[in-house]
Amino acid sequence: MLTPESLALIDQEIAKYPPEHKQSAVMSALRIAQQELGWLSKDTIEYVAAYLDMPAIAAYEVATFYNMYDLAPVGRHKITLCTNLPCQLQGADRIAERMQAKLGIGFNETTADGRYTLKEGECMGACGHGPLCLHNNHTLHTHLTPESVDKLLDDMA
Amino acid sequence: MSLNTPDSQVCLWTLAHDDPASLATYTANGGYQALRKILADKTPAEAIIAEVKTSALRGRGGAGFPTGLKWSFMPRSVPGPKYVVCNSDEGEPGTFKDRDILIYNPHQLIEGMIIAGYTLGATAGYNYIHGEIFEQYQSWERALAEARAAGFLGSDILGSGWDFELYAHHGYGAYICGEETALLESLEGKKGQPRFKPPFPASYGLYGRPTTINNTETLASIPWILRHGGQAFLELGKPNNGGSKIFSISGHVNKPGNYEIPLGTPFAELLEMAGGVRDGHRLKAVIPGGSSAPVLPADVMMDLTLDFDAIAKAGSMLGSGAVIVMDETVCMVRALERLSYFYFEESCGQCTPCREGTGWLYRIVHRIEQGKGRPEDLDELVRIGRNIGGNTICALGEAAVGPVISFVKHFRAEFEHHIEHKRCLVEN
Repeated sequence: MLTPESLALIDQEIAKYPPEHKQSAVMSALRIAQQELGWLSKDTIEYVAAYLDMPAIAAYEVATFYNMYDLAPVGRHKITLCTNLPCQLQGADRIAERMQAKLGIGFNETTADGRYTLKEGECMGACGHGPLCLHNNHTLHTHLTPESVDKLLDDMA
Repeated sequence: MSLNTPDSQVCLWTLAHDDPASLATYTANGGYQALRKILADKTPAEAIIAEVKTSALRGRGGAGFPTGLKWSFMPRSVPGPKYVVCNSDEGEPGTFKDRDILIYNPHQLIEGMIIAGYTLGATAGYNYIHGEIFEQYQSWERALAEARAAGFLGSDILGSGWDFELYAHHGYGAYICGEETALLESLEGKKGQPRFKPPFPASYGLYGRPTTINNTETLASIPWILRHGGQAFLELGKPNNGGSKIFSISGHVNKPGNYEIPLGTPFAELLEMAGGVRDGHRLKAVIPGGSSAPVLPADVMMDLTLDFDAIAKAGSMLGSGAVIVMDETVCMVRALERLSYFYFEESCGQCTPCREGTGWLYRIVHRIEQGKGRPEDLDELVRIGRNIGGNTICALGEAAVGPVISFVKHFRAEFEHHIEHKRCLVEN
C-alpha cells in the first residue's frame, strides 16, 4: 500500500523508540502515509496499525484526535489559515475573505476542480509573523496580505 | 544592562552572527564547553542542580516552576531507562519563542538536553515538536546529526564512557499536548489526553519510567547557566526571577516579534522596542502571558514590570511570555469569542466540565457577539466558569475560564452594550 520510500521513512521513525514501543511512531507513520496518499482512508489507517503491531482502533483514535490528519480526500493544495486572536488582530479576517472570494469556497470546502481545500486553523506558533497559513501541513507562509495571497494561490500548480 | 542585545541574551544571542544556527557559530562562542567540562570533571549531579537552583531559573513554558527544584525530584539512581523530554509543542496563542530557538540556536537546546540527561541520570531524550512547524522538526534533526557526528551524542560521549541519545518527535495538531502528561501519552503513540497526577512524571513518566519534562527555552538556558554561573544568570533578572526571557509580542504593535530581555523589564520598554502601538492608535488592553492569562487594561499594564511575581500580583500571569497587544479598535466581545472558540475546539473531551463547559462558554459569548445575548448571560458565564475551574484533570479548563472572567470583569460595559443594543460599542 505504501512505497518502499515511505516505509523506509517510517522505519527511521520506529528506530527512535524502544523496540517494544513501536506504537510511538504512529503519529509520524500516519503523517508519512498521508503525504504519499493525500488522505487517510480506513484501509490506510489499518495498514499503518498492522505495520506497527498495534490495534487498528488505537491508530483510529490517533488519526481522529489530531487535527492535521485528513480523514476524507482534500484538494491538491490544502490551505489552513490561522484565525486565532493574534492573527485576527493582524488582519486574518481580511485574508480569509480574500481567499474565500478568490476560490469561491468557504472553510472546510474544496474547489470543484479538486485544486484547493480551505481550512481554518488554530495557533501555529508563529504569531509575530501573522497573518499566516499552512500549505499541505508542512510549509508555513507568513506576513500575508490580500495582494500576496492572490499570488500565493496562483503559484500553486 | 542594555536591553535586547547579545550581552543580555541567553538564547537568541546567535542572531548577532552570520550563520546563527550552525555548529561552527555555536562552538566558536563557547558552545558545548559546559558539557565538555562536566564530563571531564565528572561534576556530581547535585552540584549541577545546586547551580540551577542558584540561578532562580523558572520554567519558561508557562507555569514558572523552579527548574532546579523540579530536577531534584528525579530519582536518578533508580535502575533502568529514564528520560528527559523537551516540550517544544508551542501552541499557546501569542507564543512563538521556542520556534526561534529551534531555528536560530538549535545546538544550545541540544547541549541543554544532554546536560539535563547527564544530571538526571537519563538514558535518552525526546524533543516533542509542534505539528505546524514541520520545517523546524526537520532542521532540528539535521542539528542532531551534526552533534552526533561531532561526538556529543551516542555511546562513550567525548570519551567519558557515558551513553546518551536524543530524538525529535513530531506532533500533528493538538494544543493539549503542551500539557506535560498529554505530551507523554502522545509520545507513546496515543490520543493526547492528560493523566491524573499524582503520580508525577518524575516517578511515572514516559513508558511508566522516571521522566523530567522541561520547556525548550528552559533547557536552552542550562548551558549558559553552567558556563557563566547560576549567580550571573540570577543577576540578569531579579530575585526569584532569574535570567533574561524571550517575550513574544504580537497584535497591534508596529514591530511584532521576539525580544529577549531581562525579567523585570518594564512593559513600557518592551512596547517601545516593539515600535509602540500601531501608528495613530492607543493601547486598550494586553494579555501578558499567552491566551490563557487574564487580560489586563492598558493603565494597569503600563505600570507593570515583566516578571512572574509582578504580573501575578496584578491578577494575571507571565505564562509563556506571550504579550498580545490590543488597541482601541478591538471589540473585546469579539476577541473573547475567538479565544473561547479555541478552548472549545482544543478541549480533549476527557473531563465533562471542560468538554461541555468550554462549549457553553463559547456559545454564550458567540450569541452576545451576534447581538442575541440575554441580560443574565454575564452572570451565567461566571457561574459556568466556577464550575469548570478545579473540577478537571488538567489546567485547560481553567485556561478557558481565565480569559472569560477577566474580559467580563475589566470590560463589562462593552458586554452589556452588546446585550442591550445588539451591536458593538467599538467603532472599527
